[in-house]
Amino acid sequence: MPTDSIASLNEILQKDEGALLTNWVDSQVNAVTFRPDRTSRPELMDHSRRFLTLLRDAVKSGEADIMGPGWAGVRQMLDDLSVSRAQQGFSPSETATFIFSLKQPLFDRLQAAVGAGEALNRVWATNLLLDRLGLYTTEVFQRGRERVIVRQQQELMELSTPVVTLWEGVLALPIIGTLDSARTQVVMENLLQRIVESGAEIAIIDITGVPTVDTVTAQHLLKTVAAARLMGADCIISGIRPQIAQTIVHLGVELGAVVTKATIADAFAIALKRVGLSVQKAPGASRRREEDGASDARAAADRGEV
Amino acid sequence: MERIPILKMGEYLLVTIQVDMHDRLAMSLQDDLTAKIVSVRAKGVLIDISALEMVDSFIGRMFGDIAAMSRILDAETVVVGMRPAVAITLVELGLSLPGVRTALNIERGMELLRGLIGAKGRDDAGSA
Repeated sequence: MPTDSIASLNEILQKDEGALLTNWVDSQVNAVTFRPDRTSRPELMDHSRRFLTLLRDAVKSGEADIMGPGWAGVRQMLDDLSVSRAQQGFSPSETATFIFSLKQPLFDRLQAAVGAGEALNRVWATNLLLDRLGLYTTEVFQRGRERVIVRQQQELMELSTPVVTLWEGVLALPIIGTLDSARTQVVMENLLQRIVESGAEIAIIDITGVPTVDTVTAQHLLKTVAAARLMGADCIISGIRPQIAQTIVHLGVELGAVVTKATIADAFAIALKRVGLSVQKAPGASRRREEDGASDARAAADRGEV
Repeated sequence: MERIPILKMGEYLLVTIQVDMHDRLAMSLQDDLTAKIVSVRAKGVLIDISALEMVDSFIGRMFGDIAAMSRILDAETVVVGMRPAVAITLVELGLSLPGVRTALNIERGMELLRGLIGAKGRDDAGSA
C-alpha cells in the first residue's frame, strides 16, 4: 500500500473517528447479516471502537503487511472476535461483515478528503487492506470452528468408550459405534489401564452397538484381545448379532481362540464361572414375595378399618 | 558385563527385568536361563517385566523364544506385570506372543504356575 494512502487513512481515522464509528455501526446494524439475537448495538459499538483504535495504531506504524508486527494488536482483536463468534454460532459471512461494512463509511470519507482523480487509487489501496483483514477474520473463524469440531470429536470418543465393572474381577466394555483405528487405540488404552487398576481377570467386550464388522474392525478387536491377554486378562467378545456372525465367516476372519458369546448375559455367566462364582436362586425368594403381598394386604385392611 | 539375576525359589526360577533390555543382554539372559533350568531342574519360570518400559520386536520375540526353550526343557514360563504401553506396542508390532502365558502380577503368575505344574504332575502320574 503506498504511503500517501496510509497517510490519508491515518488522517481520516484521527480526525473523524466519532462519526466514522457511528456510520460503521449503523451499516453493521442495517446489514442483512445483522443478528439481533446474538449481538446488540452497544456490543458492536464497543468492538468497533476497539478495532478503530487498534487500526489507527497499526496504520500509524506505517506497515503495509497485515501479518507484520505493527498489526499484531489488530490481529489479536480479530482472533478473539472471530473465535468467539464461531463459538456463538455466527456464519462466516456474518463474521466477515464486521470488516467489510467499514468500507462504505471509510470510502465516503476518503473521497471527500482527496480529489476525484486521486480518490480511485486510494480507495483501491484501502479496499485491498480491508479485504485482507476480512479474509483474515474468515480464516480465523474457520480455525475456531475446526477447534470446536476437534474438541467434540475427542469428547465423543471418550464418552463412547466406557469401561464398567460388572463384578470384582470382571470388566465390561460396551462398544457403541464404528470401531476405527483411532477409537481402537482409545478403547485399548482405557481397557488396559482399568485392568491394571482393578486387577481384573476377565474383560467382556460387547459389540452389540457396533453396526458393521469388516476385516479391519475384526482386526482391531483381535488386537485389543491380544493386548489384554499380554496383561494377563482373558477377553470374551459378546453381543454378536446373527448378521455379524455371517459377515465374519464370509469374510474369512479367523477369531482363533477368542471366546465369543451371543449375549452379554452368557458372557457374564462364563466370566463368573471362571472367577469361581456361581449364581443361584435364593431358596426363600418366591415365598418372601408372597409374604410381602400378604403384609401389603393386611396394611390395606388396616387402613380400611381406620 | 551386566547380567540379569535369576533367582531360584523352590522349583521355580524368578527373573526380574529392571533395566532396559538390549540385544546382548537378551541373548545372555537366554543362555543363563536355559543353563539354570537344566542345572537346578526348575519346573517353572516367572519373568517379571513390570519395570520394562520399552520393547522392540527383538525383545518381544525373545519372550516367545524363552517360553519355547523352557517348554522343551520341561519348564512352564509365565510373563507377568506387562505395562499397558508395552502390551499395545507388542500388539502393534504384530507380536501377540501366542506361546507365552501371562498374568497381571507376580502373585497371579505364581498361582498360575502352581496350577500348571500341578496339572502337569497329575498328567504325568496318570500316564505313568
